[in-house]
Amino acid sequence: MKWFGSLIFGCILFVSNSFAAGSGDVVLKHKDWSFSGPFGTLDKSAMQRGFQAYREICASCHSLNYIAFRNLSDLGYSKAEIKAFAAEYEVEDGPNDDGEMFMRPGIAADRFPAPYPNDAAARAGNGGAYPPDLSLITKARANGPDYLYSLLTSYKDAPGDKEVPDGMYYNAAYPGNLIAMPQPIYGDDVSYADGAPADISSIASDLVYFLTWTAEPSLEKRKRTGVKVMIFLLIMVGMSYGAMRFIWSDVKKA
Amino acid sequence: MSADKFSNPVVRWIDHRLPIFSFMDHELNEYPTPKNLNYFWNFGSLAGVSLVIMIVTGIVLAMSYTPHVDYAFQSVERIMRDVNHGWLLRYIHMNGASFFFIVVFIHIFRGLYYGSYKAPRELLWILGVLILLLMMATAFMGYVLPWGQMSFWGATVITNLFSAIPFIGDSIVTFLWGGFSVDNPTLNRFFALHYLMPFLIVGVVILHLVALHRFGSNNPIGIDPSGPQDTVPFHPYYTIKDFFGLSVFLTLFAAAIFFFPNFMGHPDNYIPANPMQTPAHIVPEWYFLPFYAILRAVPDKLGGVLAMFGAIAVLFILPWLDRSPIRSGNFRPIFKIFFWVFFADCIALGYLGGMPAEGIYVVLSRVATAWYFLHFLVILPLLSVIETPKPLPQSLSKSVLGGSAMAGAASAVKEKV
Repeated sequence: MKWFGSLIFGCILFVSNSFAAGSGDVVLKHKDWSFSGPFGTLDKSAMQRGFQAYREICASCHSLNYIAFRNLSDLGYSKAEIKAFAAEYEVEDGPNDDGEMFMRPGIAADRFPAPYPNDAAARAGNGGAYPPDLSLITKARANGPDYLYSLLTSYKDAPGDKEVPDGMYYNAAYPGNLIAMPQPIYGDDVSYADGAPADISSIASDLVYFLTWTAEPSLEKRKRTGVKVMIFLLIMVGMSYGAMRFIWSDVKKA
Repeated sequence: MSADKFSNPVVRWIDHRLPIFSFMDHELNEYPTPKNLNYFWNFGSLAGVSLVIMIVTGIVLAMSYTPHVDYAFQSVERIMRDVNHGWLLRYIHMNGASFFFIVVFIHIFRGLYYGSYKAPRELLWILGVLILLLMMATAFMGYVLPWGQMSFWGATVITNLFSAIPFIGDSIVTFLWGGFSVDNPTLNRFFALHYLMPFLIVGVVILHLVALHRFGSNNPIGIDPSGPQDTVPFHPYYTIKDFFGLSVFLTLFAAAIFFFPNFMGHPDNYIPANPMQTPAHIVPEWYFLPFYAILRAVPDKLGGVLAMFGAIAVLFILPWLDRSPIRSGNFRPIFKIFFWVFFADCIALGYLGGMPAEGIYVVLSRVATAWYFLHFLVILPLLSVIETPKPLPQSLSKSVLGGSAMAGAASAVKEKV
């Protein structure tokens, strides 16, 4: 009976994992991300590069609704830099005292302006396909970081027997292999200030770092807190076990 | 019930007028508990702690949550990003539901193996099954609140089940929805009920405890304690043991919260609900999968719904299905085998509930569902007649301590307290 608990727990994890894996017709490329594991951290320079790649490549179609400019301080930017980023955008505000809406430069408290005013406009601008918001994308897909990396690096010529309709593209990592998004990265699409390589897989990897952060800005803090909490609890387990053995010592012989 | 046992005069004054201290002393301090309980008896107190954790985190989350179809998803993300430690509160609550069910399932299987549902604890068991039902309703409605894709489609699938009821089914579904589809009124009422039901659970838990304290805990041997030499006072012996169990539980719980918080969730629930787009596979949370498998195993809609509710309903009458006077499975050689087969069957149902309803999975689901009911309705009643149990020990002390030299030790225990 002792192994019963671990058995039921193991089975539950197995079951929950096996259905979370989802559609299994594609094989994902696996990378060792710095943020995986209990001591994982987010690489700030990779996130900054990913932020640049997002702005120069993705942002023309994909919104980032849950991120405000002020959040960029997590990436290591100073207040002045954040104000400068925000000021590059025009944001609608109002109504003013005359009851008119007006445009003003962005401030740190603003969220990233979306490229399209609404879903219908986004679809109309993309041949009927809706470019999803990217804030949560790495959490909204099974094995999100690997999936995103694979998706961005798996555009290929379709195999001979695969019909690719107009406005669709062949992608080995996309479920069903036909995706409406044209290949976004070809290599050297951005020139990084820090001179980091800008080939397809490097840009894809940088974007994964950035979008893992946007999906969960508290990731690093969560893991750091977790390590401390685990140390505390393991000590508590040891001490309460000792106390239990001491209290029970006059009832049962060990 | 004399107030003299308290030395503090304020306590004495209060206790004379309102005997809460006597009550606590009687139910927690003196409360005689079999001394041979194993770690499976930890899960009752763990379930209680889980309930408290869920209520506390839930109330705080409700302060920042907006139950409206246009804002619910955003408000959850706001909790995750902008509310101080909101990510921690939400991950505790979200994983807390899973851990609550893990604990309660182990608690139930413990009751099944050691015959804790048998006389005189039938009502204790029935109240427990009622708690399970309330928990399932609460968890289902809670999962709808973030208003992600699985929230929306799970709510649609499950509420639609009621349309299987003949004649009035469709009216019931419209009544549940507050409209003609799962929409804002549905979300609003689910939030209201999700806030209410935990307190109903607290009420039933109190009754569960009253019923428990009437005859005390069952134990792994399954025979009643024959006297003080077979029991220890609840405090400090089981308070410390429960505390140790709690420490282990919290360690596992914290590992999930801090290192794999989304492992037991579904990625689709990070996509905002979209009534125009159905997810590829609609799956409920893992703790509903066995019941979901039973639902889908029956080819008829009404039949499936009846089978699913029947899977719980059969637990209510379990004390009268298993007529064997022997409580503990340790002394029932054939029952023991069937218990583990049944356990494997439940795990299989959980696995099958997560698989698509096609091909071999449908066949296996039907076999596993049939076995589930066969176990309760045929095997248990039959075993109570044909099985020859092993001889029971004469008392708990003898089986625990392997001798009669315990009179001295038992009195030592009493002196210490």
